[in-house]
This record gives sequence, structure tokens and C-alpha cells, in this order.
Amino acid sequence: MSLWSKHAIFEKNAIVLIIGVLIVISIGGLVEIVPLFYLKSTIERVSGVRPYTPLELAGRNIYVREGCYNCHSQMIRPLRDEVERYGHYSLAAESMYDRPFQWGSKRTGPDLARVGGKYSDEWHRDHLNAPKSVVLGTVMPAYPWLARTELDFTHIADDLKVQSYLGVPYSPEMIANAAADLRAQAVSDSPDAEAVEKRYPNAQSRDYDGNPGTISEADALIAYLQMLGTQVNFKLYDNKANIR
Amino acid sequence: MRHTTTLSIKSMSVSEGGLALALAALALVSFFIATMAHTPEYAFHASLFAVGSAIAVFAIVERYFNRPVGPAPLTIDGKPNYNMGPVKFATVAAMVWGIAGFSVGVWAALELAFPVLNFDLPWLSFGRIRPLHTSAVIFAFGGNVLIATSFYVVQRTCRARLAGDLSPWFVVLGYNFFIVVAGTGYLLGITQSKEYAEPEWYADLWLTVVWVVYLLVFLGTIMRRTEPHIYVANWFYLAFILTIAVLHLGNNAAIPVSLFSPKSYIVWSGVQDAMVQWWYGHNAVGFFLTAGFLAIMYYFIPKRVDRPVYSYRLSIIHFWALIFLYIWAGPHHLHYTALPDWAQTLGMTFSIMLWMPSWGGMINGLMTLSGAWDKLRTDPVLRMMVVSVAFYGMSTFEGPLMSIKAVNSLSHYTDWTIGHVHSGALGWVGYVSFGAIYCLVPWLWNRRELYSLKLVNWHFWISTIGIVLYISAMWVSGILQGLMWRAYTSLGFLEYSFIETVEAMHPFYVIRALGGILFLLGALIMAFNLWMTVASAEEETPQLQTGSPVLVPAE
Amino acid sequence: MAEHTTRVVDKVTGTETTGHEWDGIRELNTPLPRWWLWTFYMTIIWSIGYWIVYPTWPLVSSYTSGLLGWQSRQAIIDDLAALKTQRASMVDRIAETPLQEILSDQTLIDFARAQGRTAFADNCAPCHGAGGGGAKGYPNLNDDDWLWGGKLDDIAFTIRHGVRSNDADTRMGSMPAFGRDKILSRPDILAVTDYVRSLSSLAVPANANLAVGKKVFADNCAACHGDAGKGNREIGAPDLTDQIWLYGSDRNTIIEGLMNGRGAVMPAWGQRLDDTTIKSLTVYVHTLGGGQK
Ligand code: HEC
Ligand code: HEC
Ligand code: HEC
Ligand code: HEM
Ligand code: HEM
Ligand SMILES: [Ca+2]
Ligand SMILES: [Ca+2]
Ligand SMILES: [Cu+2]
Repeated sequence: MSLWSKHAIFEKNAIVLIIGVLIVISIGGLVEIVPLFYLKSTIERVSGVRPYTPLELAGRNIYVREGCYNCHSQMIRPLRDEVERYGHYSLAAESMYDRPFQWGSKRTGPDLARVGGKYSDEWHRDHLNAPKSVVLGTVMPAYPWLARTELDFTHIADDLKVQSYLGVPYSPEMIANAAADLRAQAVSDSPDAEAVEKRYPNAQSRDYDGNPGTISEADALIAYLQMLGTQVNFKLYDNKANIR
Repeated sequence: MRHTTTLSIKSMSVSEGGLALALAALALVSFFIATMAHTPEYAFHASLFAVGSAIAVFAIVERYFNRPVGPAPLTIDGKPNYNMGPVKFATVAAMVWGIAGFSVGVWAALELAFPVLNFDLPWLSFGRIRPLHTSAVIFAFGGNVLIATSFYVVQRTCRARLAGDLSPWFVVLGYNFFIVVAGTGYLLGITQSKEYAEPEWYADLWLTVVWVVYLLVFLGTIMRRTEPHIYVANWFYLAFILTIAVLHLGNNAAIPVSLFSPKSYIVWSGVQDAMVQWWYGHNAVGFFLTAGFLAIMYYFIPKRVDRPVYSYRLSIIHFWALIFLYIWAGPHHLHYTALPDWAQTLGMTFSIMLWMPSWGGMINGLMTLSGAWDKLRTDPVLRMMVVSVAFYGMSTFEGPLMSIKAVNSLSHYTDWTIGHVHSGALGWVGYVSFGAIYCLVPWLWNRRELYSLKLVNWHFWISTIGIVLYISAMWVSGILQGLMWRAYTSLGFLEYSFIETVEAMHPFYVIRALGGILFLLGALIMAFNLWMTVASAEEETPQLQTGSPVLVPAE
Repeated sequence: MAEHTTRVVDKVTGTETTGHEWDGIRELNTPLPRWWLWTFYMTIIWSIGYWIVYPTWPLVSSYTSGLLGWQSRQAIIDDLAALKTQRASMVDRIAETPLQEILSDQTLIDFARAQGRTAFADNCAPCHGAGGGGAKGYPNLNDDDWLWGGKLDDIAFTIRHGVRSNDADTRMGSMPAFGRDKILSRPDILAVTDYVRSLSSLAVPANANLAVGKKVFADNCAACHGDAGKGNREIGAPDLTDQIWLYGSDRNTIIEGLMNGRGAVMPAWGQRLDDTTIKSLTVYVHTLGGGQK
């Protein structure tokens, strides 16, 4: 009985109870989260991962806005069927600039971590506009308004600036050129495409939505989809070096 | 109203004046933001804030002129003068949001079965509707149930009036305002995409203020108690309120792009963000959907059966073990992802250790019926609560099972998770809430009994069939989906394409929608029953039923 | 707040209460159920065992890696290696055997088709349809009408490098935008449209000026589509005389193509899929029905 009666301390004093609860609930979180920031093995050392271009970032924000993560994961697990179906398992490094992360928790649709380059822009256009027009059995909703809506990027430089405060390596030059880079990347044969590529290696510039006249939300979203999973060159990546 | 004490001069209290000033300032700032907002959606939200706080200022002043000179007495004739107004409001809100949330769930389910129902409309498309559903059921329905019951239970078990004068109302109204902002935000495409934490920075800030006041009101009431010991239900409520505050702050640490933009970027990124998210997400389950509802169980079951709680010792052990272990289990949402293996091991093993502490709650709930099992036959309200505890036991067995990496490699990303969620959500959270509300409404509105126990019985059976249809369809489809994804032909190649697995889900999505419709139907029957209960003639004398609270009108 | 513990024994269970009461609720002082406690202990012991053998506790610069030395990333390497071994006998033969010879060995064909079917279903079907039947803008792969050639090597090349893709060796050549770029006038476009329709015996309006159309065709189109409109597989210009259409045969579709040009993109798969998979896909596509010798 003696030990049980000691518990009265908590039952008689709300502050003691609160402090007790606070201590007890802090431990697990601290042990699991803090080491992820200092253990070197958490994020692999690979080359090729760069911050999103302004156009890709705008596209990503549309992906978030429309809630694509409710149906699509972006995290290929190291399991053989997934690697065979979707490609190399996802590395932590590949989402190091993702705020917030989009790994997802439900696959009503397929994983999108490596969808970049898998289909043509036209296909994405058709598919976003009316998924059933290309894949009959799909349950994906249509997003016809994306191609119709002009992309609002008046404040895109602020987006880059805030991310740079948070540690994303956006240089002052990138921030200053954000809107111009976005415009350059969204049209075919832009004279400034080279400058974009210099700032953002392997960035692809073209008119993504098939409508050269305007920069639409579909331009941005397709640009984002087309770069997903393409940054790390897995022909060069050494699996054994990053067993962790 | 029988008020005896009178002070000579009526003056505005500090809390009235302070709150009115603060809200007036908020109204001004919001108005300014509305005029400068980058997007029309944000301008709409800023206007909501402006109008909302202006109305609140008006209401505070109006109340000041109409109220008696002194503050509401803490006791009347030696009995606590309970403050039940906010409880009533939250109870009604819970029912309204519940029906809205279940309806949206049904709609989402139908969209997956019949995608034409997306109607090519942005605000109706599945990606926006789904978070609306999850927030509506968890935070709007569940949250109001938690606020209503916690304010009720803490007063009754402390025999003290709720602390604060305006603050309980601020909590209830402020919380529901948050719900409106969050919900309309999703439809308009304002989301930060963190599951169960989708609202953007300004809604989060507002919720932080509301939640801190909630904690203070709850704590203040406990401090006023006339019982020497704090009852176990209140331990759970306190752990729930406190931990949710910590989780909310950690997972929503974000910087807005501008004061005039609804968009923000989270300070964590990639793998760390994933860990923080599921530290939050899992413990939203553990503290919102579990600890809070266990508190409900600890008051309403013993009250309804009129039997003592089964084991005080079990309460102690399972309380501390539960809250300690729960925090660790988050990584089971990230098995086999890019989260390092060591963290996954922690998530898995702590989930296994969580099994018995979870069942401790189930045992305490079920065994409280010992000696009174026969009441299950006659009292459908009690039956509902007992079945809810059984569902709790089931989903806290299933949870640890799914946390085992080998099992999770199959279940993750599939409908199995959805089945697990809804056995917990419909069975446990839904039923224990229904039970508590069925108890509360006659108590709050001074009615002898519910309008019809027969209708409760109908509610019980219709929704039970609904739950069974829902979760069995999801188990089958989830496991089928998982097996199809990993199926190999004898030659060693993947057997099914992704789209074949999508097509195979169709019949189960139809069955699930049917189950959801039945569950919704049950809730509608409940709403009718409660309406009729309240609409029936008021009881002359306060109810006599054993253990039933004697109510004194507030203020 | 004086302590008023009045312990009573609950009549039903015979257990003592703790003596407290809240709003009429009491608590029994029942001891912990044994089975419950022991199961709890078991889960703890099991977890400790698991921690010893698997990576678990974060330290200052590393973490405890466990006695088994298990790592999910080593496990997938091993798992894929095992899969490779399982398939090795056949996959190696596919890899070694030239495409042409695969077609003369039924077991190899069966195996290649099995591998091809799987790869096709997740990668190609979204464009070419589940059975390779195609859709508007995406060619049918089981007829014998080929844009770029239906021989094994043609098909393999198309798959590996794509069409108008970003691969360095991609197949290239697209149809100009005669209208948009003001190469042809509107009446000329209407005339050549009717002429093209007449090539595959489609109905043309009574007032159609086929003579003008024929001339426009000879001047502008024949370079790619051939004098007789039979197409040119070097540059992917379709045969306009068969009844098979990539985009459609109605006037508006043809006019739209003449106005804005045509040039659909097929991604290159050489980077994404390994060599044997591409070989198997080639065999699969070739044997869908339209493969040419
Ligand atoms: C209701 C669930 C749902 C939502 C919401 C959804 N999708 Fe899909 N998605 C699917 C399904 C199912 C498929 C597989 C069939 C198909 O290709 O349409 C798919 C396929 C895809 C594919 C092709 C992937 C591949 O490898 O074949 C892309 C790309 C895609 N979706 C992008 C998106 C984007 C971008 C959004 C949000 C704007 C989105 N999806 C929203 C269900 C959904
Ligand atoms: C993004 C859509 C897309 C995907 C995915 C795709 N293709 Fe294609 N494919 C096309 C288009 C468009 C063409 C026609 C190009 C043209 O117009 O010349 C084509 C042409 C072809 C041709 C040449 C047909 C001919 O008549 O000469 C073959 C063979 C082919 N695809 C096979 C495949 C295989 C095998 C895969 C999967 C590994 C695949 N395709 C994936 C779009 C696609
Ligand atoms: C520079 C080469 C070139 C010239 C010149 C050219 N075409 Fe084409 N044409 C093509 C190619 C390549 C395609 C297939 C595009 C694709 O696969 O997406 C095509 C496609 C077509 C189609 C669509 C066939 C179908 O199956 O749907 C029509 C019709 C057509 N051309 C008519 C014409 C006419 C009429 C002219 C002259 C006014 C012309 N083309 C001039 C290269 C050419
Ligand atoms: C009428 C009853 C309900 C129906 C028809 C319903 C339907 C749905 C549907 C269709 C989804 C999406 C599943 C998917 O993406 O595949 C969902 C998700 C969810 N629902 Fe419900 N629901 C109902 C009640 C509830 C209740 C009462 C709760 C909680 C108290 C709840 C909590 C959730 C949660 C947490 C998710 C997200 C699960 C996840 O992400 O894994 N639902 N529901
Ligand atoms: C011991 C208790 C429990 C454990 C160990 C547990 C474990 C799990 C696991 C392993 C998953 C799947 C994660 C994934 O693969 O993505 C999951 C999902 C979920 N569980 Fe539980 N569970 C428990 C109890 C409950 C209860 C009582 C509820 C109440 C409603 C609940 C609600 C959920 C929800 C909402 C999700 C979906 C999260 C998402 O969005 O992905 N769980 N749980
Ligand atoms: Ca989820
Ligand atoms: Ca464009
Ligand atoms: Cu969890």
C-alpha cells in the first residue's frame, strides 16, 4: 500500500501533476527528434540535390494547395516491389529542401517520388485536365481550373527569402531574380533559360502547359512534377556508401 | 435568478475591459490586413476575424450592461454554482459538427467510389474535402465533445464553479471560430498540408491563444476544488490539454511569407519535418483521440452504471505508462521511409509496449460494469459506451500489430490504415462521445430522461452495422491492395499494375460508403432524439436519478 | 481540504474502495490484474531484446547498431540480389541473345513477354492503353502501322531514346505549324485537308478543290509524307493513305494539326529501365500483333 499512497502527491497538487506530465511526455520526443539534427548519418551525402526553382516552388505550392498528398506518396520504400515499380528508394537527401515534406501516408494513387520525366508534358496536361481521358479506371479528380488560371507569382521572391532565412541556400541573386527566373523557365526557347540553369543546375525551361501565351498554374505544377526525383543521378550513386 | 449580494457601483471588470480592448485591436488589425491581403481568400479570412472580433466586443459590452453588479457567485446556498452555458453550447456544436463531418466523410467515400462526384470543382475535389472531413470529425466534433465534457466533468468532480468569467466562453467560441476558419480555408485551398495540422499560421496562432486559456480555465477550476484529490478523469484531461499544446507548437513552427499572405513555410524540413509531423500526428491520436476520450470514459461509465471504477492502481499505472510510451511511437508512421532505422526501431518497440497500458484503460472501463452487466440489456446508452471501450481495445490491439515492421510493410499506404483509423474513430471516439452526449443532454437541460431510449437502440444498431461494413470493407481492400502491390508472378515479375489495384478497390469503396451512410443515419436519429428531449416540457423538480447531478442555473 | 478517507468494502466485488468520492464516483482498490502485468513485462522484455539486436539508440555521433548488423538499406540490396538470382538464368539469356534470335525461341519469348507485360503495364499503358491500343495522340501498338518502323531494332530504338524526348539520340522531326507560322493560307489549308481526306477515301464536300489541295500537298507535304502520302519512317511522318489516324480523321482535327503543327513526345526509357527490360518490352510490343520482320 505504501508505494501506492505516494501517488497522492500528484493527486493533491495540480502543479506537481502538470510538471510530472510535462517531464514524462518530453523524453520520447527529445530522444527521437534532436539526434536527427546532429547525427551525420541522417541525411546522405549526395550531389545534385538543389533548391526548387521559383517555378517549381510555385508548382509545389499548388500541389500542396490541391491536397495531392492525400492520395499520392512521395516516398519509395526500400522494398523490392516498390523499387521495381517506382525506381530507386527515396533518400532523405532528396527531400532536404521540402517544407513541408510530402511523403504522404496513403497511396490511393501511385507514388510520385520519381514521376519526373516519366511522361510527356502533354500527358500531364491531359491527365490533370481529365484523368479519365488517359487512364480509364482512375479515381483521380480532374483539375481543369489549373490550365485556366494564371499563376500569381507577384510575391515569389518573398517565398524564396523566407526559405533562405530558414537555411535553404537561396542566394541574394536568386532572390533578386526570382520572378524573372520563373518567367524564363515557363516559356520555350527563352534567352534567359541558360541563366536559370546556371542558378539551378538541370532546370528545364519550356512552355509546360501547351499555351505559350500565358504562365498558368498548370505550367508550374507540371514543371514541379517533371523534376520530381530527377536530381540525384542513380547511375553514379553508390548504394553501399550510404548504408547509414 | 436569485442574487443576494449587491455591490453599490457596477464597474467593468479587468477581464471584460481587457478582452474587449484586445478584441477591438484584433478587429482593427484584421481589417487592415483584409485590405492589404495578397489573395482574396486571405482577405476573406481577415474579414472573418475583423467581423468576429467586432461582434465579440459588442457582446462583451452588451453583457456588461445587462449583468448584475457583482460577479456570479461561486456557490449558492452552499452548493457550487456550476457554469453550464459553455458546456451546453459545445454540446450542441459537437452534434452539429459531427453531422457535418460525417456527411463530408460520406461524400469523400462516394468520390472514391464514383469520381464524377468531384464535379470538376476546386472546393469539392477530394484533395480538399478529405482534410475537411478529418478536421471536422476530429477537431470540430471530437474537440467540442472534449471541451463540453471536460468543463462539465471538472466542475462536478471538483465541486467548483468553472474558473474565469468570460474565459470559458472565450474558449468555446474561440475554438469554434478556429474551426470555421480552418474549414473554410481547406475549401479555398489554404492548407499547410501537414496531416491533422492543416490550418495555416494565423489560424494556428489563434488556436494557441484559445488553447492556453483552455488550460488556464481547466487548471484554475482544479485549483478551486473542494475535493482533496484530483479525480482520474481530470488527470487525463490535463495530460490531453497540456500535451496538445506542446505538440501544436512544435509541429506548427512556421514563418509566414508575409503578414499579408496566408502562406507560410515550416521551420523543419524533409526527414526532420516528417519526424516532427508524426510525433505530432501520432500523439494527436494518443492525447486528443485517446487520453481525452479516456477521461470521458472515466466519468460517464461509472456514473451511468453507478458502480465504482474497477481499479485505482490500474488507473495510476496505465495513466503514466500510456503518456510516457505514446510519445515514442510516432515513427511507426514512417516505417521503411528515409527516416533512419534506429528511429523506426524505437517507434515499433514502444508501440508494442503501448499495448498493455492501452488495455489498462479498456479493463478499467469494462470491469467497472462488474456486478451490473445486466444493465447492458436495458440501457442502450450504456451499451454504446461499453461497445466503444471494446472498439478501443480492438484498435489498440490492431495498432501495435500494424506497428510491427513486417506487418506495416504490407499495411502502410493502404486502406488497412483507413480501416484501423475508423475502428478507432467510429467505434471508440464516436460511440463514447455519443454515450456521453446522451447522458449530458438530459442533465444539462434538466430533463428526467431522453425522449426515447428506443431511438437510441435504433441508433446503436444502425450505426453498428455501418461500422462493421466500413471497417470490414477496408480490411479486405487494404490487405488485398497490399498483397496485389507486392504480388510476383512465378517468373519473378510484378503481377499487377497500379491501376489494376485501383480498379479492384471499387466494390469495397461502395460498401464503405454504404457503411458511412448508415453511421450518418444513426447520428441523424440521435440529433432528432436530443432535439425532442430538449423540446419536451421542462422538469419541475431537478431529476432524482441516482448519481445524476443537480443543476443550478448559471448566473 | 481535509483528507476524509472512509474506506468501505464494495459488496458486489468484496474489494475495498480507496475512500475517495467525486460526484458520487468511487474507486475500488483492486490490484493490477496479473495477466495484464505479465504481458506488459513480456512486451518490455521483448523490446529490450529487439534493441540489442537491431539499430536503436541514438548516441552522440552514431547510434547502437545492434548485434545483427541489420540495416534496411543492406536488406534491400540483398533482396534485389536474390530476386536477380532467381531470374538470372532467363534474364541473362535475354541479355545475351540478340533480339532477332529471341523471337525464334519460344521459352525466351514467353519470358520476355512476361517481363515486358509487367513493365508495360506500369510505364506505357498510361499513354498507349492497357492492351497497347493507343488513344488520341498516342499510337496504337498492336496494328501493323508504324510511325517509326515496326522491326525489332526500330522498336527498341524508339523505346530506348524516345520520340522528341530530351534524350540526346531521340527520334526527331515534327510537323510544322503551317497556319500559326503563316506558311499556308486558310483556303490552302482547307483545300489540303480535303485532299488528305480523299487520300484515304473519306468523304469530302462537293465543293472541295482537290486540285489545289493536291498542289499544296506536293509543294509542302510530300517532302515528309511522300509524294503519294505514304509517310516516311525516317522522320516519323505518318502514312496518310491508310485508315489509321494518330489524332483523328475529322476535318477539324486535321485542320488543327495543320494550324498548330504536330509532334507528340514519347519519353526515353533508356535511363529509367535497364537493358533487358527494354529488350523484353521490345519483344512484347513486337508480338502484340503488328511486329515486322
Ligand atoms: C482521389 C485521389 C487522387 C487525387 C486527389 C490525386 N490523384 Fe493523381 N492519381 C490518382 C490515381 C488513382 C492515379 C493512377 C491512375 C492515373 O494515372 O490516373 C493517379 C495518377 C497520377 C499521376 C501519374 C502517376 C504515374 O506514375 O502513373 C500523376 C502525375 C498524378 N496522379 C498527379 C496528381 C496531382 C498533381 C494531383 C493533385 C493536383 C493528384 N494527382 C491528385 C489519384 C489521385
Ligand atoms: C507520355 C506518353 C508515353 C509513354 C509513357 C510511352 N509512350 Fe510510346 N509513344 C508515345 C507517343 C506520343 C508516341 C508517338 C510519337 C510520335 O508521334 O511519333 C509513341 C510511340 C511509341 C512507339 C513507336 C510507335 C510507332 O508507330 O512507331 C513505340 C514502339 C512505343 N511508343 C512504345 C512504348 C513503350 C514500350 C513504352 C513504355 C516503356 C512507351 N511507349 C511509353 C507516348 C508514350
Ligand atoms: C517536316 C515534316 C512534315 C511536313 C512538311 C508535313 N508533315 Fe504532316 N506530319 C509530320 C509528322 C512527323 C507527323 C506525326 C506527328 C506526331 O507523331 O505527333 C505528321 C502528322 C500529320 C498528320 C496526322 C496524321 C494522323 O495520323 O493523325 C496529318 C493529317 C498530316 N501530318 C498532314 C500533313 C499535311 C497535309 C502536310 C502539308 C501541308 C504535312 N503534313 C506536312 C511531318 C510533316
Ligand atoms: C460517416 C462516417 C465516416 C465516413 C463515411 C468516413 C469516410 C472517410 C474517408 C472516405 C476517408 C478517406 C480515406 C482515404 O483517403 O482512402 C476518411 C479518412 C479519415 N477519417 Fe473518416 N469517415 C467517417 C467518420 C469518421 C470519424 C467519426 C472520424 C474521427 C473521429 C474519422 C476520422 C478519419 C481520419 C483520421 C481519416 C484519415 C485517415 C488517414 O489519413 O489515414 N472519420 N474517412
Ligand atoms: C496502442 C495504440 C495504437 C497504436 C500502436 C497504433 C498504431 C498505428 C499504426 C501502426 C498506424 C499506421 C501508420 C502507417 O502505416 O501509416 C496507425 C494509423 C492511425 N491510427 Fe493508430 N494505433 C493505435 C491506436 C489508435 C487509436 C485508439 C486511434 C483512434 C482513433 C488511432 C488512430 C489512427 C489514425 C488516425 C491513423 C492514421 C494516421 C495517418 O494519417 O496515416 N490509432 N496507428
Ligand atoms: Ca493519413
Ligand atoms: Ca504556358
Ligand atoms: Cu500512430
